[in-house]
Amino acid sequence: MRGSRILHAISWLGMAFLAGCEGQAWNDPYRAGASAGPVFFSSFSERPKHLDPARSYSSNEWAFISQVYEPPLQYHFLARPYALVPQTAARLPEIRHYGHDGSLLSADAPAADVAYTDYILRIRPGIRYQPHPALALRDDGNPAYWPLVPEMLDRVNRLSDFPLTGTRELTAADYLYQIKRLAYSPNHSPIASLMAEHIRGFADFAEYAKAAHDALRDNGEPGQWLDLRSIDMAGLEEIDRYAFRIRIERKYPQFIFWLAMNFFSPMPWEAERFYSQPGLDDKNINLNWYPIGTGPFMLTENNPNLRMVLERNPNFHGELYPTEGPEQDRREGLLDDAGKPMPFIERAVYALEKEAIPRWNKFLQGYYDNSGIGSDSFDQAVQFGSAGEASLTDAMREKGIQLSTAVETSVFYAGFNMLDPVVGGDSERARLLRQAIAIAVDFEEFISIFRNGRGESAQSPLPPGIFGHRDGEQGVNPVTHVWRNGSARRRDISDARRLLEQAGYPEGRDPKTGGPLILYYDTPAAGPDSKAMLQWYRKQLEKLGIELVIRATDYNRFQDKMLKGTSQIFSWGWNADYPDPENFFFLLYGPNGKVESKGENAANFKNAEFDRLFLTMKDLPNGSERQKIIDRMVEILRQESPWMFGFFPKAFSLHHAWFQNSKPHLMANNTLKYKRVDGAARASAQEAWNRPVLWPLGALAVVLIVSILPAIRGFIARERSRAL
Amino acid sequence: MTAYIVRRMLYALPILLGVNALTFVLFFVVNSPDDMARMHLGNKRVTAEAVQAWKQEHGYEKPLLINHSAQGADMLTDTILYEKSLRLFLFDFGQSDSGRDISHDISQRMWPSLAIAVPTLLVGLAVNITFALLLAFFRASYLDFWGVVLCVAMMSISSLFYIIGGQFLVGKLLNLVPISGYDTGLHAWKFMVLPVVVGIVGSIGSGTRWYRTLFLEEIHRDYVRSARAKGLSEHWVLFRHVLRNALIPILTGVVVVLPLLFIGSLLTESFFGIPGLGSYTIDAINRQDFAIVRAMVFLGAVLYIIGLLLTDISYTMVDPRVRLD
Repeated sequence: MRGSRILHAISWLGMAFLAGCEGQAWNDPYRAGASAGPVFFSSFSERPKHLDPARSYSSNEWAFISQVYEPPLQYHFLARPYALVPQTAARLPEIRHYGHDGSLLSADAPAADVAYTDYILRIRPGIRYQPHPALALRDDGNPAYWPLVPEMLDRVNRLSDFPLTGTRELTAADYLYQIKRLAYSPNHSPIASLMAEHIRGFADFAEYAKAAHDALRDNGEPGQWLDLRSIDMAGLEEIDRYAFRIRIERKYPQFIFWLAMNFFSPMPWEAERFYSQPGLDDKNINLNWYPIGTGPFMLTENNPNLRMVLERNPNFHGELYPTEGPEQDRREGLLDDAGKPMPFIERAVYALEKEAIPRWNKFLQGYYDNSGIGSDSFDQAVQFGSAGEASLTDAMREKGIQLSTAVETSVFYAGFNMLDPVVGGDSERARLLRQAIAIAVDFEEFISIFRNGRGESAQSPLPPGIFGHRDGEQGVNPVTHVWRNGSARRRDISDARRLLEQAGYPEGRDPKTGGPLILYYDTPAAGPDSKAMLQWYRKQLEKLGIELVIRATDYNRFQDKMLKGTSQIFSWGWNADYPDPENFFFLLYGPNGKVESKGENAANFKNAEFDRLFLTMKDLPNGSERQKIIDRMVEILRQESPWMFGFFPKAFSLHHAWFQNSKPHLMANNTLKYKRVDGAARASAQEAWNRPVLWPLGALAVVLIVSILPAIRGFIARERSRAL
Repeated sequence: MTAYIVRRMLYALPILLGVNALTFVLFFVVNSPDDMARMHLGNKRVTAEAVQAWKQEHGYEKPLLINHSAQGADMLTDTILYEKSLRLFLFDFGQSDSGRDISHDISQRMWPSLAIAVPTLLVGLAVNITFALLLAFFRASYLDFWGVVLCVAMMSISSLFYIIGGQFLVGKLLNLVPISGYDTGLHAWKFMVLPVVVGIVGSIGSGTRWYRTLFLEEIHRDYVRSARAKGLSEHWVLFRHVLRNALIPILTGVVVVLPLLFIGSLLTESFFGIPGLGSYTIDAINRQDFAIVRAMVFLGAVLYIIGLLLTDISYTMVDPRVRLD
């Protein structure tokens, strides 16, 4: 009787389980029905640290906030080379240069004549913020949640716990408020020091605001909210409700690119006042975690430990899919949605996935719409043809998976510390030594072994797609490569040995010791995974008879060495902020030396001609004159060889057939609005690919029963026998 | 017993002070406040002024252990060690270095850890005891021999193998449960199955062997011989006498780990994407977030001390011969 009751309960539970799973794969990580609609599913591997646009400066954070915040400008989704177009702005900014006497100058006025530049921006009227409690008003017109009463706070754990939301129109003042936030030191904006060099009055504002902040804190004011509207910044002016002006010192043509970055997104002052109220920060309800924007999406679930959910902003002002693009895009169907209103998806779910293996398997099961390719799964996904072209394996093609590749606007290089007495300096000996090493370190081999072919050998610091980059024979670095049979080939090692001999190190021997020349390679790659790579570096220099000593350390110590200039050879990389050669050449501009000024010039390279050309080049518009200067700068770098140029990484990404309008864009992060998902196709694929396989469980049960039988027999036999 | 508990709690104070000081020293041997600032400010365009401002904002601008520029007691109190430690003993963990409230995070993240750890412990205990009893029952037989061999083999395999193998077999090949992830409320159950099963299977080897040893020790005692001499059947002896007496070390072994269930499993949570306290700690270490690391180590030490105290108390409950004086 009791046994039958248990059996009944088990069968009831089993039926309930199967009923609950009906129509949904058992291994589906989402709730029933979640995958059917226009929802985008993806993952993130690292918890975002800051979602405040004044502070956030990493791609994993921008993946979220770029869908929420709208700077005045954006990059065209399809156009290449990358081009800026208006976003909330009515048109591209009007740029006016003024001379030292205050007179208006022409657009091509020499930089030396320009005292200051005005950027005048006009935004479109009628743009509204997402629904947000900070903008909620009571019937009497007062803020619903300011000031907050303690009883209200007790009921709140998330932003969504505030029942009332409101909105208001975007105004020019919101952009100016955000620029002031960049200068406000408690916000720790990473571009504050850069902007202080350019925006008029920025540094003075920062100082004044800091003093006001300290005074407020010392007075123990609750909330400690400093209304930045009450402090003026000389370079900012609100022309009218929809127009504003930013005054830049001298000429800084690259400033326009910053206007397409999240740093320059609008911020309603009400949001900062709302979040500064006592008690909210203790519940992690602050601007760092709950963005407020005018973009196509809003962050409705912010659980960085589990998942982030973006939902369509009901107040979004609307935007049409681009109608123009390269012919290849038309052929590939990227213009099929031309002129249609965006966004195409209603919801985007990003799940925290720290490990590569589960992430990859869930992509193959159809639970993520797109995926990168890790080293472990590369061979499973990609194969190379006889001409070196990458294509998908049969297994991927059978699933309808598609591959997108793009050379990133990044450079990975190995540098020489120019302050080092052996490899640095501008002596002929050191120059020849650097050139010889630059030939010997075979980055084509590096790309093949350690990057699975995902990279393009660099001949200069400028990646493809950046103005000044030269392809083909024109772009070959004659110091390290020769043009042969239609491609750049690395020079023979004998050329490097000859240079080494000329440098005074015949066969890699140090004349002072008579033994092999000993050089040091500093790296933060200290883990066991890096051993093969470090061994590879050693072998490259062994070809010249030079002994390379690896000084592997943690990243903190590595940074210290770089800051103190005690390294000799090192590797580093740079990911472009904007598509302009200035953003790469400044890495080698003398006054940016890491030791001297803690700047980004890690090699501490200093060359008077290069520095002079840099100052001229950075202010010029793209054109033949600029190209000529860039060619000369590249030539100097090749001859001086402060860097072994390394390679430009190539991004390989995969997406399923139901995920459309997927074109890699290495500058823009706000591309979610262009994407389209066919939810029905995904649901049927998920069902087909994830049918539960039950027979092994039955087989396991049979094996267990069969193996237990002798034990049962033994048990009975023991029971029947008498204890000893 | 009350006096004993109070005494033990007082003993705990110097231990916690020591743990806190040791964590502090170990952390700052590897990371300087400048390193922490650079890590939090990112890799691009970090200026010396920004580093200084970050340190000031987060209270890392003072000397670490001794302030030579101060006088008297201020030499010790006007330091990072003192200022960062004082509130810890009031269980005020403050904010993480990235600005999140640590107490709030802990209160949110302990539930997923418990959701995995509690069933793993309870079901694992039942499975291990069952297997151990089986082996003890068939002691010195081929089943016992091969069972022990299997246990040793299972003990020798890395827990990472069980995790990846479990994900591959159950989640990918058989498509029975999600490979990884988590959900809130009752929706969490299907994400718990695999980590719990993997946790149980991974502990069978060591658990079964340990409990088998305990049972065999009991089996050879005089009272068991007396029971058999009375003519009791073997299963009656095993379940009625051996199991009950062997439960004393089992129980005390379990009680000591009970408080630590809150802390979660570092590896399991990371691989299965469980947003518990284990992955919280690992993340904090990777991100050089000293505030979280210090809070979690302190919390771990407190829970461990509580576990030891509970163990002592549980002794008095299961063994009347033990008195806490």
